[in-house]
Amino acid sequence: MRIGVYVCHCGGNISDIVDVKAVAQEAEKQGDVVFAKDYSHMCSGNGQQMVIDDIKEHKLDKVLISACSPLFHGETFKAAVVKAGLNPYLVEMSNIREHCAWVHYDDKNKATEKAKNLTKIGIEKVRNNKPLETIETPIGKRVLVIGGGIAGIQAALDLGDAGYEVHLVEKNATIGGRMAQLSRTFPTNDCAACILGSKMAAIPKNKNIKLSNYSEIEKIEGTIGNFNVTIRKKPTYVHADACVSCGDCVAPCPVSLKDEMQWGVTKRKSIYLPIDFAVPNKYLIDGDKCLNIKAQKKTGEPSKVCRLCEKACHQGAIDFSMKAEKEEFIVDTIIVATGHDVFDATRKPEYGYGKYENVMIAPEVERVIVHKGEGTPTIDMGERIAFIQCVGSRDEQIGREYCSRVCCMYATKLSQLIKSMANVNGENKDIYVFYTDMRTFGKGYEEYYKATQRMGVKFVRGRPAEVIEDSVTKKLIIKVEDTLNNIIIESEFDKVVLSVGMQLSEGGNEIAEILKLPKSEDGFLQEAHPKFRPVDTSKDGIFIAGTAQGPKDIPDSVAQASATAARAMRLMNQGKITEEPLKAFIETDLCDGCELCINSCPPNAITMQNGKVVVNPVMCKGCGMCIASCHADAIDLNMYTNRQMLAEVEAALKDKKEDERIVLIFANDMCGYKLADSVGTAKKAYSDAIRIIKVPSTSRITPQLMLQAFSMGADGILLADCEIKSSDFAGSIETAINYVDKVKNILTEIDEDPERVMIFQFATVMLPKFVALMNQMSDIAYKNKPISDKNKEIIHKNISKWLFEK
Amino acid sequence: MIKRVKIKSSNRDFLKKVETLSGEDITVCDRCGVCTGSCPLTIEMEISPSNIMKMVQLGQEDVMDYNSMWVCSTCNYCTARCPRGLDVSKVTEALRQIKLRQSFDKIDIDKIPKEELRELPQIALIGAFRRLTS
Repeated sequence: MRIGVYVCHCGGNISDIVDVKAVAQEAEKQGDVVFAKDYSHMCSGNGQQMVIDDIKEHKLDKVLISACSPLFHGETFKAAVVKAGLNPYLVEMSNIREHCAWVHYDDKNKATEKAKNLTKIGIEKVRNNKPLETIETPIGKRVLVIGGGIAGIQAALDLGDAGYEVHLVEKNATIGGRMAQLSRTFPTNDCAACILGSKMAAIPKNKNIKLSNYSEIEKIEGTIGNFNVTIRKKPTYVHADACVSCGDCVAPCPVSLKDEMQWGVTKRKSIYLPIDFAVPNKYLIDGDKCLNIKAQKKTGEPSKVCRLCEKACHQGAIDFSMKAEKEEFIVDTIIVATGHDVFDATRKPEYGYGKYENVMIAPEVERVIVHKGEGTPTIDMGERIAFIQCVGSRDEQIGREYCSRVCCMYATKLSQLIKSMANVNGENKDIYVFYTDMRTFGKGYEEYYKATQRMGVKFVRGRPAEVIEDSVTKKLIIKVEDTLNNIIIESEFDKVVLSVGMQLSEGGNEIAEILKLPKSEDGFLQEAHPKFRPVDTSKDGIFIAGTAQGPKDIPDSVAQASATAARAMRLMNQGKITEEPLKAFIETDLCDGCELCINSCPPNAITMQNGKVVVNPVMCKGCGMCIASCHADAIDLNMYTNRQMLAEVEAALKDKKEDERIVLIFANDMCGYKLADSVGTAKKAYSDAIRIIKVPSTSRITPQLMLQAFSMGADGILLADCEIKSSDFAGSIETAINYVDKVKNILTEIDEDPERVMIFQFATVMLPKFVALMNQMSDIAYKNKPISDKNKEIIHKNISKWLFEK
Repeated sequence: MIKRVKIKSSNRDFLKKVETLSGEDITVCDRCGVCTGSCPLTIEMEISPSNIMKMVQLGQEDVMDYNSMWVCSTCNYCTARCPRGLDVSKVTEALRQIKLRQSFDKIDIDKIPKEELRELPQIALIGAFRRLTS
């Protein structure tokens, strides 16, 4: 065997902390290693070419790249070795950046020692790698777009125009989303309805797009190329094909309600058109408020109550007996564009929203401006208006650390619109914007800000402390420090407008649950990589666009939506998708046909044939749960074989010094390993006793392996997996918990601290918790003496007795 | 005249000292001013609470020349509202500690007349002697 080892400097990211030359020298001493080189940027074209040339020149048959996370550049190096004619599964990566240099930056010696060890672990893993073939399955050209806001519309149109079959599902009666509720849009001041209306109208005209409005996603099962979707269309009680949108039904309706599309600044009836430019442009009845439907729901029978709209409708379109309908269909990829909700301003009671009548939120002002522009003013904004910025953004008191990115610009826009309308009418308006930092970063935004300043809108730097209402005049007093003037302002205003921030929508939360999508620390949906895969999710074939991914403005949402369309097309256009050969396999010679593994497999991929078990690779998901059930070591998992896992553990522990402690962390790639990478990226330091080993699922880590690790000198083991609700593998975490309990019991029996082994379920946002747990495990390891040689011997001898003879 | 200040590298020692004593990450203050707006005692203060934070950030020891840190009553209004989760009152307390430890107006217990000693509030005495012990 001829192994080539490469240690990457990562342009200083690694080499500033780790002595990469020493790591390479140490690696060169390992058996079968032909050479070990260090290089500034392994991922660069030159770096990759070096690997390709070396494979040919030195006849390498295995390659180890000691650099960044395999989740980051694993594919890069697989592609590189393929160019040199090597099987892609004969290259491995040791993560000495996220798991070493970036987290042990305060101690160069320790970081270097750990990097040497991590590289050795990698060498042992790759030594046991076998050539494997990727699995190919067909993929069609069907896409589900969830959410019909501007992002969903853009994605649907791009895909529809390109000839893909799009199913656009919108929860509300009309598409258009949040943008349809805006007055004008910055920085051009064009009317939102005008520029959005034509895009909305293009949806039903596109023959490749099927629109399901007023519909909710009930269930999505399956994976890329075969997502089985169930949607539920809520009853509108008006037959869309019969309704001609004449509006004659509205006047007789006796029910008057706040219009939520208008943020409550106007009223609507129980039968209504959501907005003037609604698509589809059809009336509907509010099933929760209509007198007839309410009576019907109470008695369970058709009711005679009211029915005034029915009498008014010349088309006979109204049908009080309409029921919800379910529809099932299959798609190949999914685009999630579920958008945002605005921050609930009543959570900042010091600003008095909901308590003082003259305190408004900015979305309400958008509608006030629309109506005023149309000549139907709803609310008089008064002469003195104050905007309070960062309500629900950049505020740890309410758990919102992030900037919502649009509030500076929309407050600037609203103040400009109010001011210019006043100027036209010859009115005086004093408008003040109280901000912490003005962030006008986009193209043309700074100019827009300056134009607003020129119009006489005053921008005052300071976050208002509180708003107090004069109980008689109902005017509002704001108390705020002008931090640039070193003065405290206490002034009276007619209206106070709260510039509320964004948060993931309720619907977005539901879809995240259904699709098991991870969220980032800010509560929005998490992209696969913040820079290079900004619209992919960690689930293959699922993409995110618009404000579901994080706060953003319209240009960014549209750009992102087009990006998702392109990314989805990239997958579907190939006609086939490749899957990693992460499958269980049987060593038929060793199998004695005991059948124990059959019951351990949730997808029922294992069956008996001629007295031996066989695995169906199409059904096998690759969780590795079957391995622990086999007492003959006959069943194993490709890419993470027993031999490989054991070799990694052995390499981690082989050179352990007497005063040293080693804690092994088996982290699943979907949550645990990704989280460990995020900890590295965030440069949060932790104990150098930690060795993180990637696994597909913690149920791959058998009790045998854990006990073997202890008998070889491990001081602690932490299994890091996803939360059960977001796990890819049914039952796997429950099984792993069971394994850990078994090992804990055995440790207790031999008088070792059972806290040495633990399992934890992580969401990918739990950075501090992960760091704390790693340090806790390390503390436990240092608090205890290493496991005694006697106990190591006992463990080693009794593994199969403990696990299989009961 | 506008005050001219030289920021020296040694200024970070003062910042570090206040950070250690208060346990607060003072450098994350971006001076939004919500502490000042919330403070009920600014009317008595020579510089605002947010100004204190900014001066400490730059390690300006002359922050202790102003009366503000003594006026702070630790009512914690600022703490309840700080969007960066800082406890400004802990910072003023740290500044008071530093000033007290300098013991520039040391009290000699023997020189206080007995009658006066009986009359003085205990808390004032404890406060006065704390500067000698820490």
